[in-house]
Amino acid sequence: MNIGKLPVGKIIDAGIDFLVEHLSFLTKAGADIVETVLSALERGLLAVPAPGFIALTALGIWLLTKDRKLCLGSIMGLLLIWNMGLWSATISTIALVAVSTLCALAVGIPLGIMAAISSILNKVVTPILDVMQTMPAFVYLIPAIPFFGLGKTAAIFSTVVFSMPPAIRFTYLGIRQIPTDLVECSTAFGATRWQRLIKLDLPLAAPTIMAGINQTVMLALSMVVIASMIGAKGLGGEVWKAIQRLQMGRGFEAGIAIVIVAIILDRVLQNLGAPKQQQ
Amino acid sequence: MVKIRVHSLYKIFGPHPNRAMKMLAQGKSKDEIMAAIRHGVGVNNATFDVHEGETVVVMGLSGSGKSTLVRCLNRLIRPTAGSILVDGQDVFTMNDSELRELRQRKMGMVFQNFALFPHRTVLENAALGLEMQGVPAKERLRKADEALALVGLEAWAASYPSELSGGMQQRVGLARALALSPDILLMDEAFSALDPLIRRDMQDELINLQDKMRKTIVFISHDLDEALKLGDRIVLMKDGAIVQVDTPEQILTRPATDYVARFVQNVDITKVLTAESVMKRSEAVAYLRTDGPRTALRKMRKYNIAHLFVVDQNHELVGIISADAAADLAAQGKDHLADGVVCTDIKTVNPTTPAQDLFNIMADLPYPLAVADENNRFKGVIVRGTLVAAIAERGGTA
Repeated sequence: MNIGKLPVGKIIDAGIDFLVEHLSFLTKAGADIVETVLSALERGLLAVPAPGFIALTALGIWLLTKDRKLCLGSIMGLLLIWNMGLWSATISTIALVAVSTLCALAVGIPLGIMAAISSILNKVVTPILDVMQTMPAFVYLIPAIPFFGLGKTAAIFSTVVFSMPPAIRFTYLGIRQIPTDLVECSTAFGATRWQRLIKLDLPLAAPTIMAGINQTVMLALSMVVIASMIGAKGLGGEVWKAIQRLQMGRGFEAGIAIVIVAIILDRVLQNLGAPKQQQ
Repeated sequence: MVKIRVHSLYKIFGPHPNRAMKMLAQGKSKDEIMAAIRHGVGVNNATFDVHEGETVVVMGLSGSGKSTLVRCLNRLIRPTAGSILVDGQDVFTMNDSELRELRQRKMGMVFQNFALFPHRTVLENAALGLEMQGVPAKERLRKADEALALVGLEAWAASYPSELSGGMQQRVGLARALALSPDILLMDEAFSALDPLIRRDMQDELINLQDKMRKTIVFISHDLDEALKLGDRIVLMKDGAIVQVDTPEQILTRPATDYVARFVQNVDITKVLTAESVMKRSEAVAYLRTDGPRTALRKMRKYNIAHLFVVDQNHELVGIISADAAADLAAQGKDHLADGVVCTDIKTVNPTTPAQDLFNIMADLPYPLAVADENNRFKGVIVRGTLVAAIAERGGTA
């Protein structure tokens, strides 16, 4: 019984070829912009000497969270990274994560809000998100190359796609979880949909949206590492190099640096997301 | 003046309301329609008026459609058919902006579970409705502050709802509605989530506020005692339909249907209450031996009543004196009461008389009813207006 292979791959190839052919002038232009912003950000961050950067980070964390342990831990972690000679790779990774996260949030949060308001949009978005979240991360690397060429922009593109779903999902969830009696109350007092969004939905959904942002940042960090395969450089690049040269120690050093960055980002974001204590 | 006129109002829940409407027209019941086409009948042909300054309590067991009915009044739920005229304007046909205008200015709503915004202070919560109207921050906070003062919470303005007890939270809910200075208050089971003692306090407070403000209030309750206490009139619902619209006394004494009778009987606390438990232990008596007409008049003025019971030195009931008679005596320069006291036909009841019987006894009595023991010793007085309230109030703990 031979019904032949269905041409799923061929159809997708044709589709992407078509898009590349007609859109690449746009994507290449976009790539230039992203490249410029990213390298400016990287250069700006690297212009601060490492000890100064560590001190500033610690101060920022203290002001944001008032958490002494987190503050001290961050200082020690960052000093270790500096000591291992991974400073510029770390800064490069942080810049990549920052840019991709901002892009993912700029699209994801408004999309989540709209999906919460319009059930039609939600029905469209949900299956797409399901696909996005179950598709292996590596697959996103492939189409990024024809659109953007090897390099950091392609890395950012696949990272944005990979890390966006939680921003959409958590925003949607946070707004949908607003207690119905509060929604009814705002309607009974004559709120417009916009007033309800600003005065009720977003403030109450904020902790959930914050959790989504945290997830997005974590996913972006993990994807930025994977994206080193298409030229993302940074800490992922160090790991990738170590794999190719079988330098186990060097590989683990870069791995430890990634873990440190991840823990600092996660703890700070969790702290910000926790509901403020009312005195 | 009629403030709200609800006429032939229907609400069907389900995708094909017309099919359910046809079945209703054929005389099918709510349960039959649910069984046949799985449509819910929320409100079935409701017609009633609410007059300006009146408190109408919509009462029924859960599932009777009372919450649905009140939500049709400000169209939180869109009715299937019928009309709701508020000041002559049909709410049913209003467009979105007319509807917002109505909700923002004319109708304040108070919710069963308070529905306070947890991320806002008490003051900001009270200002919510004004904020929706677009009132500038300074003015709306001032008005919200005044509304909080009305409910005695001005000291808590900067607190968050989670720091307040249930009763206080509902006061904020009430202040939020009052801050709009609406003509109409819709109160959906407003006190049902509170424990009995607090609930009674809140009922008293609402009565006090209502004495001052004379709002038009539509109050939803499943509690007969509450309905008797608060309602100028009661709308009794069953299965989405209205079974009786009447004053509390009429509902108690002349139930329109067996259902009402059973409803009243089930909760009938008049049986366990006696004359003694509903009477006022009155200090407002005149002493035959010592009080002159001027003293009697002063006491009447003080207690704001038109009759005084007169007792002798053993506190035995002698008779009753009216304000007119006392004034005449005073004008004649008499300094004792004996000539003005009416001694005949003074109706008294024993302290153990069931409260149920009191309605009939008092039905055509021109003055309050005296309560006296076997030795004719004066115990207290029952005033018609307070009888119902007293029954309602004490029923909760009887």
